[in-house]
Amino acid sequence: MTDQPNPEKELSEQNLPGQRGDHGEEIRVQRGMFGANNGGDTSGYGGLVRSVRLPGPATRPYGGYFDEVADELEGALEEQGLIPENAITKTVVDRGELTFYIEREHLLLVARTLRDDPALRFELCTGVSGVHYPDDKGRELHGVYHLRSLTHGRVIRLEVSAPDSDPHVPSLVSVYPTNDWHERETYDFFGLIFDGHPALTRIMMPDDWQGFPQRKDYPLGGIAVEYKGAQIPAPDQRRSYS
Amino acid sequence: MSTSQASPRETTEGTVYTVTGGDWDEVVESAAKADDERIVVNMGPQHPSTHGVLRLILEIDGETVTEARCGIGYLHTGIEKNLEYRTWTQGTTFVTRMDYLTPFFNEAAYCLAVEKLLGIEDQIPDRATIIRVLLMELNRLSSHLVCIATGGMELGATTIMIYGFRDRELILDIFELITGLRMNHAFIRPGGLAQDLPPGTVDQLRDLVKTMKKNLPEYDKLATGNPIFKARMQDIGYLDLTGCMALGATGPILRAAGLAHDLRKTDPYCGYENYDFDVPTADTCDSYGRFLIRLEEMRQSLRIVEQCIARLEPGPVMVADKKIAWPAQLALGPDGLGNSLDHIKKIMGTSMEALIHHFKLVTEGFRVPPGQAYVAVESPKGELGAHVVSDGSTRPFRVHFRDPSFTNLQSMAAMCEGGQIADVIVAVASIDPVMGGVDR
Repeated sequence: MTDQPNPEKELSEQNLPGQRGDHGEEIRVQRGMFGANNGGDTSGYGGLVRSVRLPGPATRPYGGYFDEVADELEGALEEQGLIPENAITKTVVDRGELTFYIEREHLLLVARTLRDDPALRFELCTGVSGVHYPDDKGRELHGVYHLRSLTHGRVIRLEVSAPDSDPHVPSLVSVYPTNDWHERETYDFFGLIFDGHPALTRIMMPDDWQGFPQRKDYPLGGIAVEYKGAQIPAPDQRRSYS
Repeated sequence: MSTSQASPRETTEGTVYTVTGGDWDEVVESAAKADDERIVVNMGPQHPSTHGVLRLILEIDGETVTEARCGIGYLHTGIEKNLEYRTWTQGTTFVTRMDYLTPFFNEAAYCLAVEKLLGIEDQIPDRATIIRVLLMELNRLSSHLVCIATGGMELGATTIMIYGFRDRELILDIFELITGLRMNHAFIRPGGLAQDLPPGTVDQLRDLVKTMKKNLPEYDKLATGNPIFKARMQDIGYLDLTGCMALGATGPILRAAGLAHDLRKTDPYCGYENYDFDVPTADTCDSYGRFLIRLEEMRQSLRIVEQCIARLEPGPVMVADKKIAWPAQLALGPDGLGNSLDHIKKIMGTSMEALIHHFKLVTEGFRVPPGQAYVAVESPKGELGAHVVSDGSTRPFRVHFRDPSFTNLQSMAAMCEGGQIADVIVAVASIDPVMGGVDR
């Protein structure tokens, strides 16, 4: 008995149960459940460890017009003396949408190429949307651009990231003037600084506002209210199930 | 009136006058004494013709606007942040309040994005989709009516205002019949609709279509050929196609520049490819062209509404998946709209599992697999996009709305600079900004 290893004690990878969602890229590790972090854990769910993963890089073929867009973009970047792998760090195809993750120093060139190349012609930028991933170290702040080609009837997404310690991304106003207000809004809410923007000031919040409200570490605020005799806590103090 | 309110203050930027009404003589007198003609006028944020709390900062030289800037943010309510603290279903209650004149478009864009993340686009029942289209097209009518009505009023044409709001009220009556509310409906939900159409709706819709067909030509008679109306609108607020593309302007502004770009045709959603309608364009690039396009779009929307009525077949209005579908159907009780008594009887009296299921789904909500989605719909103002990010939890990780009002309002400076100050009002009205959508 003693020379036989106990299979239940052996924690090599093949003996561990498979994780749901091994694929993709981890952005956070979620511990516990029900948001109850203090006090005794009687449910046992407090020990739950789960990694939160976003869809990972796709392999060719991407399907649909995505391959054509990717080929044309890579070709056009090569023509300009840029190795595509240096500019496009990752290509994700998820839920029928194509996303290029762009190195921020090459964003301006990539956007200009996407707009001007006759085979690409993404004339319309629908602005930038910021996303804050506080636990994705070194890539906390994301800028997400959706580009629409009216000529070819296509939509793609560009995503750039910047670390919290150096929240700088080049401004696309010179390529897409419509991004003027959108970049001001993203700066206002996330503190992402768009280098080269003509007048990067707050747009929604008052000029003297402190902090960046849409960041995850910025509290929502609110006060508890009484309803039918019970105190209902403020929305950000309520139980969360994540 | 007190002179203290109107007395000029000296600042480093020049003399500041606070105009409170009735003291124009004093301002004009002081301005005449000043050594230059340049005056900066602060219009808004409280001003009847600035469409809510829009602040226009106009630098004028005589009657000519030399520089125009917008100040926005006065109606910022943090809806996008708030969404991150509610379940996915509760999100509709917030997004419907963004652009409060186009609530169904906000709800539809949000719900389509959530459904895309859930991967259940194919499971949405046909009836739910048809009712969504029906509501969106009625909403397009009501939004355009407000635009034309308030735009007319700002020109002094109060009859158009009365007519526009008269017809909008008829549509809001239908909304009230269907959803219980005139605005802020939260009726379109992830997975389908909050409830089915109440009895008698189709008859009322037919009556509405009939009335609207009679009323819409009245706008033509009143305004389209009216020389004063044309003189005020033609060549005002000029923005050509190049300007539209650079500034990201969509909707009637883009179509008035001659490009027939309508997401319902170019990137169809909700089965719009199966409906028969035209996309009107103009080549005038001005406020008058936008007005004509809005009029024609209302007629086209009526066509779509008629097709929707013809296609309505009985059936479910929510996905069959019980892990997503709201557990209860609403019913009208003695104290208003609420959970149906049958449902409460079932979960409280007969089925413990159903009670647990109801409780979990309503308090915790459903989980949405991690990822991001962008869904755009053609709102009356242009491309309304919802960028929704999930981290796999029961709440949105991030929701961003690309509101067409916000983007289109950027073109105000391009439309107004070099023009007359009176034309600023016309140009802004033709953009049709709604500050609830701009500021969110």
